[in-house]
Parts: sequence; C-alpha cells; structure tokens
Amino acid sequence: MEFFAQQFINGLTLGSIYGLIALGYTMVFGIIGMVNFAHGDVFMLSSFIALIFFLILTTWLGLTSVALVFLIVLILAMVLTALWGWAIERAAYRPLRGSFRLAPLISAIGVSIFLSNFVQVVQGARNKPVPPLVRDVIVLYENAQYTVTLSYKQAIIMTTTALLLAGFWYLVQRTSFGRAQRACEQDRRMAALLGINVDRTISLTFVLGAALAAVAGTLYLLYYGVVSFSDGFVPGVKAFTAAVLGGIGSLPGAVLGGLIIGLIETFWSAYFSIEYKDVAAFLILIVVLIFKPSGILGRPEVEKV
Amino acid sequence: MAQGTTIGRVAPTVARRSGAALPEMIKDAALFALVTLGLAIPVVAYRTDLGQGTGLELTGRWGLVAGLCAAVFVLRLAQRLVLGEVSRRRDIRTLAEAESTAPARVARPGRIIGPLTLVVALTLPLLAALGSGGLSEGRYWIDLGILILTYVMLGWGLNIVVGLAGLLDLGYVAFYAVGAYSYALLSTVFGLSFWVCLPLAGLFAAGFGVLLGFPVLRLRGDYLAIVTLAFGEIIRLVLINWVDFSGGSAGLSSIPRASFFGIPFTAGEGGFANVFGLAFNPMHRVVFLYYLILVLALVTNLVTLRMRRLPLGRAWEALREDEIACRSLGIDTTITKLSAFALGAMFAGFAGSFFAVRQGFVSPESFNFLESAIILAIVVLGGMGSQLGVAVAAIAMVGAPELLRNLGFLKAVFGEGFDPNEYRLLLFGLAMVAMMVWRPRGLISERTPSVRLGARAR
Repeated sequence: MEFFAQQFINGLTLGSIYGLIALGYTMVFGIIGMVNFAHGDVFMLSSFIALIFFLILTTWLGLTSVALVFLIVLILAMVLTALWGWAIERAAYRPLRGSFRLAPLISAIGVSIFLSNFVQVVQGARNKPVPPLVRDVIVLYENAQYTVTLSYKQAIIMTTTALLLAGFWYLVQRTSFGRAQRACEQDRRMAALLGINVDRTISLTFVLGAALAAVAGTLYLLYYGVVSFSDGFVPGVKAFTAAVLGGIGSLPGAVLGGLIIGLIETFWSAYFSIEYKDVAAFLILIVVLIFKPSGILGRPEVEKV
Repeated sequence: MAQGTTIGRVAPTVARRSGAALPEMIKDAALFALVTLGLAIPVVAYRTDLGQGTGLELTGRWGLVAGLCAAVFVLRLAQRLVLGEVSRRRDIRTLAEAESTAPARVARPGRIIGPLTLVVALTLPLLAALGSGGLSEGRYWIDLGILILTYVMLGWGLNIVVGLAGLLDLGYVAFYAVGAYSYALLSTVFGLSFWVCLPLAGLFAAGFGVLLGFPVLRLRGDYLAIVTLAFGEIIRLVLINWVDFSGGSAGLSSIPRASFFGIPFTAGEGGFANVFGLAFNPMHRVVFLYYLILVLALVTNLVTLRMRRLPLGRAWEALREDEIACRSLGIDTTITKLSAFALGAMFAGFAGSFFAVRQGFVSPESFNFLESAIILAIVVLGGMGSQLGVAVAAIAMVGAPELLRNLGFLKAVFGEGFDPNEYRLLLFGLAMVAMMVWRPRGLISERTPSVRLGARAR
C-alpha cells in the first residue's frame, strides 16, 4: 500500500509534465487540425534554454535564492521558447495552409528533425546534468519498512501545473483572445468573416503551446536533473498519446490524459517491467486510436463531404 | 475555392512589392536578424560542456551569434533585392495563369534523365574501376552506389504506400527491420541460404504489413501516421528488449555472406573465382552485391509501374485522391489499403535482408525513427509518386552528404574540425520544410497521372 501511494505521487508528477506538453498538441490540433510533430522537440529545446539560464544565474551571477532562480528561469524559458514557437509557425506551417492534407505533418517532421539536430550541433550530443536545485522532502507517512514522501520538487511541479492550468483555462474561457481561439476552432472561415484575425490567433496558439512546453521543459529539468538532445521524441509521443486519450481538442482532456499516461507508465514500470514502459505507452496510443479515436472527453469527428 | 483564394492573396502582394523601397527592405531584414538573435539566445550563444569539476561549464559564443544574425540580415536583404523583382514577375504570371483556363504544359524531364540514370547505374562498377584505376580502388564508389540503391529501393517501396495509396506511413523502417532480422535469424539458426531467405523475408514483412494494416483501416491522415510511427517504435523496442530472440541492443553478428547462387566468394577451391577461372579478388563479392541491389530495386520499380496499370493500382491512386468517392464507387478500401501496406512492406523486407547480408550484422539501432523519416523525406522530395523523382532524391539525400565529406575546401572555410556529416540531418530537416513550402510536388514534379481523361485518343 505504501509502495502504491509513493508510485501514485510519482505518476502524478510525471503526468503533470505530460499534461502540459499535451496542451500544446491539443490546442494546435483543435485549431488547424494538424499534429504538431515538432512539439516534443520544442519541449526539449526549452529544457536546454532553461538549463543555460540556470547555469548563468547560479554560477555566474551567484544567485542563491531557489525560488527566485526558478521563477526567472521559468519566465525567460517561456518567453524565448514562445519566440521559437512563433518563428516555427511562421516559417514552416503558415505557408502551407491550403496545401495538400499531409503537407503540414511532413513539414512538422522536418522541423522536428531540424530542432533535435540543431541542438545536437550547437550543444553537443552528451547528456547535460545539473546539480539538484531542491533536495528536501516532506514525509507524508512513515512506518518501519517504508516511507512515503513527497519531494519539494514534486510539490513544485504539481503546484506550478495546477496554477498554470487555472490561468490558462481563464485565458481560453474568459478573455477575448480565448473567444477568438474557440471561434477559430469551430469554423475558421466564419470566424474570419466576423472580423477575427485568424492568422494572429493561430500564431498566438502556437506561442501559448510553446510557452506551456517551456514550463514542462523547465520542470522536466528540475525533476530529472539531466537533459539530452534526443529527449524530445519519446515525451512528445507520450504527450500526444495523452492528448488523444483525453480527446484531442479538449483542454481538460489533455491534462486528464497526461495524468492517466503518467500513472500507467509509473505503475507499469513499478509492477511489470521497466524495459517495456515505452511499449506500453505506444500500445495505449494504438488501442485508443483504433477503438475510441474521439478520446475520453472529445467530440466524435464527423467528416463532411 | 482554392484558386479563388490564391488570386485574392496574390493581388495585394503584387501591389505591395512593387512599392517596396530600400529603407523598408532594410527594416524588414533587420527584423529578421532580430528574430534570429532572439532564437539564438541562449542555445547558440552559450555552449554547455562537462568541465573539470562536477558541473557544466558555459562557453560564450557571441561572435557566432553576431555572424549568424549578420548572415540572416544580408541573405534576407539580398532575397528582397534580387528575388523581389523575379517573384513579382512570377506573381503576375501566376495571376495570369490562374485566370486563363489553358491547361498547363506537361514537362517531361524523365525522357532524358531516366534512361541516363539507368545507364550510369548499370555501368557504375565499370566506371568506378576505370575512373579510379582498378576495381579495388573504385570500391568507395561501388559501396556508395550500393548505399544509394538501397535507399532508392526503400523509397520506391514506400512510394507504393505513400505516393500511390496516399497512406502516410511513419513506421516503414519496421518492415525493413523485419526483413533484416528474418534473414539474420533464418540463416544463423536454421542455416538457410540467402536465396531461400529472401522470399521468406519478403513474406514475413508483408505479413507484418497486413498485421499493421488491419487495425488502422479506419484511421486516416495524421492518426494513421502516428499509429504507424508507434508500430515502428514498438518493433524496435521489442528487438532491443527481447534479448533471447534478437540479441538485444548488441544485435546479431556473423550472418552468412551472400553466395553467387550457391557458389561462395572464397579464394580456395570451388570459390567464385576458381569456378569461373578468374584471379581471386574480394571485389567480386562487392560488385555482385551491387548488381543484386540494382536488380532488386529495378524489380520494385517495374512492379510499381505495372501495378499502376492494374485495377488495383488505379484503386490506390483513387484512394489517395478521395476515400469517400472511392467507397461510393464500390472500391473495396479494405483490400486496397491492405495490399498497398503488404506490397510496400514486402519490398522493405527484401531490402532488409539485403542489408543484413551486406553488413553481416544487424542491430536495432539501424532501424530507428530517423531511418523512416529519411525514407519518407526521399519520397516527399521525389514528389510523392514519381519514380524517377524518388531515385534523384535518394541520390541527393544519401549521396550528396557523402560527397560533401570529401571536399577539402569546406575545411579551409569552416576550420579543421568541420564535419559536414554533422549537419546532414539538420539539412535534411530544413530540406523537408523547404520542399513543403516551395515545391510540395517534389523536385521533379512529374507525377503523370496513370489515367487521364482523353489519354486514349493519344
């Protein structure tokens, strides 16, 4: 039971990170109907950006306040990753609107290959470890054999995720940008006729998705303490699985899916075999897409001729 | 509708471009440079390296960032100055073409390039031997030829699935792996010869193609692509983790070499050289492998070309264009999709067993997602459906980086440590994006429809 509780906490932490990445997938798919294949690599890139700012702040500027460092790194990573998101959309996806159906996906695969190799070229192929930022743990339960702990890292990750989701939900549901975004999701042409700047809304969607990926990237670095140029692919696919599982296009669905995938992966590693944990995630993706492509909270897709 | 929007978009562009002045262009280029600066901070500006101690050390590279921004500024300005005029003219022409209903002239670059490529391919060992003064000296060129032809074959195989049937398969390398491991296991465990294993490998791969095809029948577009990607990854992960079966990530080695239809390429009695009364030369085997892959590739091409004339092949193309229309016209989409998957997979299986027999060693690392992406890039650059385009794209994608490696002057320009191979995949990615943006129909946009209205009159 104690083991289960501990794995549950670990799973929720991992799931929060997947959920943040999944939001980027789900929003982009909702608004322009493409799988932004490069999103996982944007996440990886943001992790590198966070890593470098972390090093600058701690080793060069000598900041010691953990909260301050974390906050500055988070904001800088979000801003710069958002710029990447904007640039990618502008250069690789926007010219393809109205091209044939698979063009954006192929272009996104190109961006994904470019990003991971770009990072490899400019930063080298080796793993980049960072010293742990926070080590403390809260002991939740203790007996002779086992201790259930919630580390500060995990608490930070879950709190940050929850706060950002609340803010994000507010943005989409209550602001004029959110209204425009939802309108574009429903019918892009009609939205354009009603005076919504569709191109800008789509751009902003990519920017927001990238910023959320940057949060995930910073938290990932905080949690695992190591990042490499090839770290974008697998979390990217898992987050996409989460988005599909939750129902693509649905924001709460993405987070729900992320938590479920995180829990399944953690329990699978804990109780079955750690070698096949990625196989489990891929199998879930295939099974969900085949039997319930609309996901848990999604609307079924109706194809009109 | 699509044409209508094009006209609507082009017209204002023409007006704006013609009125563009130099200050405006400089401002625009400066904006580009500024964005580059933003993108380059901090991943280019600081390199992280494991230092002497425990932590990472930062090295500033602001000179590089400045150079990058300057390059972007100059390039953008040049693009606006030089190409602005050209593209303005082209826009006007596009506008005129869009308005006139005259059918576009069909260019046929294939008439000359096709046979020429074939002749070069057939005589490559001879050319290599003559060009470098001996068969052994020409080995580099023949090996490069084998590598390129393997990708040509894989490209043509994937072309059946992506180019003809319009099913985006991101896990094609899984079938390549199935073929390679089939040969490796059948020959090492059961001692079967290459010529028995080759059809078996094709069959196994085709079986896996159907296995993948069945569940994904209902999926379309992006979802299909992601599921095939997951399938490819599962195959690779199983090969890595099922150590008893596949040898794990260490792979399988000492796979038997190919023989000349039963006659081994050995120096002694009964070897190839001995039987045919030649002096022994290890190059005989390499040349044989070259012609083997050439024949396999040409068979793939021939089958594809013939299939396009069959009802099944036409059903594939119809499926690519419109699935709903296909169903309405009574085409069995199940059979159509499964056959495309199976046939494409079969050729990947053949190529896979060729790969295993040539390397003598297989490991899961040869079959990662990147391989799938490279093969897909070849098909896409080739123009999704054009046979010649795929061949040209394979030469460009696989051959060009190899050649780049040997160019000395690049080292002189970029410094001694410069290795163009490092940038190969980076350029791959950029090329894929650039292709989609500028030439979505491929390098050689010669996808002649197999059936065209009025073609009979010809």
